[in-house]
Amino acid sequence: MSTTVHMLWGVKDIRVLNSSSTLSSTMATISPLLSVKPTRGLVDEKIQIIVRNVPPRFPVTLHSLFHSEDKDYWEAFGHYTSDNRGTVTGTAHASVGGTYEGTEPMGLLWSMHPAPGSRTGLRLRKMNVLTPMVVHISVYSGHVTEGFSKQSPLATVDIERWYLAPGVRRIDIRDEEVKGTLFIPPGPGPFPGVLDLWGGGGGLVEYRSALLASHGFVSMALEYISTEKNRASNLHIKYFEKAFRIVQEHPLVMKDSVALFGLSLGTSITLHMAAYSKAVSPRCCVCVSGSHVQPINSPFKDVSEKFQENRHKIRFDEEGGVIWKDIMLPIPTDPGLKVDMGRIKCPVILIVGEDDQNLAAVESAEDLTQMMRAAGNEHLLTTFRYPGAGHLIEPPYTPHVRASKFMVHQTGEKVTMLWGGYPKPHASAQEDSWEKILRFLQQHLYPSQDSVPKAKL
Amino acid sequence: MTERAPSPLLLIHPSRGLIDEKFSVIVQHLPPFIEITLHALIHSDDGDLWEAFGHYVSDATGLVNVDSNASLGGTYDGLEPMGLLWSMRPVPGSRLGLRLRKKEVNTPVVVTISVYRGHMGQGFNEQTALASVVAERWYMAPGVRRLDITEAGVTGTLFLPSGPGPFPALLDLWGGGGGLVEYRSALLASHGFASLALEYMTPRTSGDSTSHVGNEYFEAAFTLLKQHPQVCGDRIAIVGLSFGASVALGMAVYSTVIQPRCLVCVSCSHVQPVKGSLSDVFADISKNAQNTRYDEENRVIWRDLLLPIPTDPTKKVDMGKLPCPVLLIVGEDDQNWPATESAEDMKQMMEKAGNSHLLTTLSYPGTGHLIEPPYSPHVRVSNFMMTQTRQKILVLWGGDTAPHSHAQEDSWKKTITFLEEHLYRTTSVTSQSQL
Repeated sequence: MSTTVHMLWGVKDIRVLNSSSTLSSTMATISPLLSVKPTRGLVDEKIQIIVRNVPPRFPVTLHSLFHSEDKDYWEAFGHYTSDNRGTVTGTAHASVGGTYEGTEPMGLLWSMHPAPGSRTGLRLRKMNVLTPMVVHISVYSGHVTEGFSKQSPLATVDIERWYLAPGVRRIDIRDEEVKGTLFIPPGPGPFPGVLDLWGGGGGLVEYRSALLASHGFVSMALEYISTEKNRASNLHIKYFEKAFRIVQEHPLVMKDSVALFGLSLGTSITLHMAAYSKAVSPRCCVCVSGSHVQPINSPFKDVSEKFQENRHKIRFDEEGGVIWKDIMLPIPTDPGLKVDMGRIKCPVILIVGEDDQNLAAVESAEDLTQMMRAAGNEHLLTTFRYPGAGHLIEPPYTPHVRASKFMVHQTGEKVTMLWGGYPKPHASAQEDSWEKILRFLQQHLYPSQDSVPKAKL
Repeated sequence: MTERAPSPLLLIHPSRGLIDEKFSVIVQHLPPFIEITLHALIHSDDGDLWEAFGHYVSDATGLVNVDSNASLGGTYDGLEPMGLLWSMRPVPGSRLGLRLRKKEVNTPVVVTISVYRGHMGQGFNEQTALASVVAERWYMAPGVRRLDITEAGVTGTLFLPSGPGPFPALLDLWGGGGGLVEYRSALLASHGFASLALEYMTPRTSGDSTSHVGNEYFEAAFTLLKQHPQVCGDRIAIVGLSFGASVALGMAVYSTVIQPRCLVCVSCSHVQPVKGSLSDVFADISKNAQNTRYDEENRVIWRDLLLPIPTDPTKKVDMGKLPCPVLLIVGEDDQNWPATESAEDMKQMMEKAGNSHLLTTLSYPGTGHLIEPPYSPHVRVSNFMMTQTRQKILVLWGGDTAPHSHAQEDSWKKTITFLEEHLYRTTSVTSQSQL
């Protein structure tokens, strides 16, 4: 039988002596009682933190620490004062300082940032969804703002954060044409389906699909911009139609209940397919941080040519972060340069970050709404706009980054891309939009009782 | 062609929980007002199948929620959110006398929860469910460390909570069934207590002779805990069930080495030869072997082996000398030990001696002997291996499933509160617990 030794941040000898040097002799030497529930939760589940048995009216710091797959350390902390019973409750007490303030039960997760001394331009993304994120939650004596690794906490618990619920299956899709990963919920099905499209960063990003499957949807994460040298990117509409078919024709998927879910460039593709594809029709579309502006009569690969033409519109912020939002401004009036929104026949939910610095999401939203109003199909559109939110609106409770390193595949350059957004409003946007998206998918992908009179259970 | 109707959406929350955590089971997108059966299935470490089921009717929106809908029948009925777990029993055709105990605590208990059409009572494996999900139930929280203990002649497993400590500690003693049973300690460590599950029933062989461990064995175990760098040496308690509780009472009163801060005694008796060793206790019990009774199905009832409660003070622990608070947990239908009679006698002894303020008794009707952490199945009867003779018999533990399960839930909560109160408080508490 194995012995598992808990290694906290390089402090290998965990046999810490009974009295902590940061406590005075009048304080108790017994560990406070720290409880975090759930101990093993899904990434989008809320946690409840309760600290008990510290002295009354005692200053403490709640701290979170995560060691990423890329070997970076991310941390967050909040300053609290215990109440008269020596208790601190995350859902009831306010943080008076730290990486978050106010009564923010999830602040220890969404306000995480790279620990001092880390590499710059990091973004926290879980690439292996078969294992959880393990977060160490600690209580420190006093209001600490730095040097957490040099002090011993009063108490620590570990929690797991999973993208994958038990029983969800992960299947590699690697035929000669399509590369993706399919996630299937447990059970006999059939289930609604989702084709999950990320943005121009490329690669195969699985975590959102894993989480959707944990909510009962068969979801395929699709790679269409390759990061490998020996595999070409494929931005042809036929590629996406093929991928959509793979989901739709899966024996556990309800054919008429497949949605498209896009973020950024993925939204452009989603809108294009919904308007123009003769081969596939999504039941509904989720469009996050995207635009309908694109050259219509040429395939997506020409997007990069358009991009080159407009390079002069790229701006920079004071730290050298690249701002791309002006590239598509002003929104063209030429119909050949944007998706004909009047052709859309299915419900669309549009998620917009008002501080999006990467893409003109606000202006696009206004323009596409007007197009749909003029065409008479505006009733299909539901828009949620979030002030202070940036471009990367993802599933909730994972850290927001305002800027991060980005590889521009068209040119091979590595830049620091400014995404926009500020931690608190962006975190709220992620929490709220995810809930709205799940409800939207449930509402449209499960047939209502009166519309399926002949179906036998 | 008719499109297959969608699978109803079945969600368990949390999908990965601790064994003593509640979960919610919600089914959505059913047709309105239809009959369904919720079914739970466990494939045990021993290869047996355990199941439970409840009958429900969806509401006007096609929803069933175990927190707000009552089960109309099955292995449990009424408003019982956790019924799918505690009412489990071996599937028809299983071997007799099974008991569900997790040996491997590093892995979870995996429960498959399914929805079936109609109100079914059997044949679940022959039907396709409408929906099915998997929930994990863990005895160990993440970060809890498990250490094999073989030093100082002591055999056991130590579970340490995550973090630097120091922690209060528990000596965890199971009963006459013997072996090294880890799951309660793993769970207690997940609640912040360093917990040593102690193996003590197996006779030790030394040279030619084989005998039970002496009292020094328990003292060595207690000392080991006391000296552990992550344990607060003056905050150690003993949690005992059945035989283990008898040991706890005897040691707390008579040992100069063992000085627990408090005791939790489940399904116990104070009847034993005073200052006797384990061997003495066994010897005394066997003297009364003729008091063994049998129920109508020939299962063994041992409660009378210790009855009547003796008046001779050398035959029972002198409870008047108990120096620390004790939580007694009693099942009123205990068929294995005379827990009710013993509790009554203990109370009288303590009232007479003036230390009854140390005593808190929780007594549960319809509850049997095996009062364990909540939400695992109750068994009224199970196989028992006699340590000496290696004979296998069927023992009657007692209890009816629903009241026994409620007793487990209530007593566990109160046990944790009691332990926190006495082991985590910064000032010492000697008065009766405010439970």
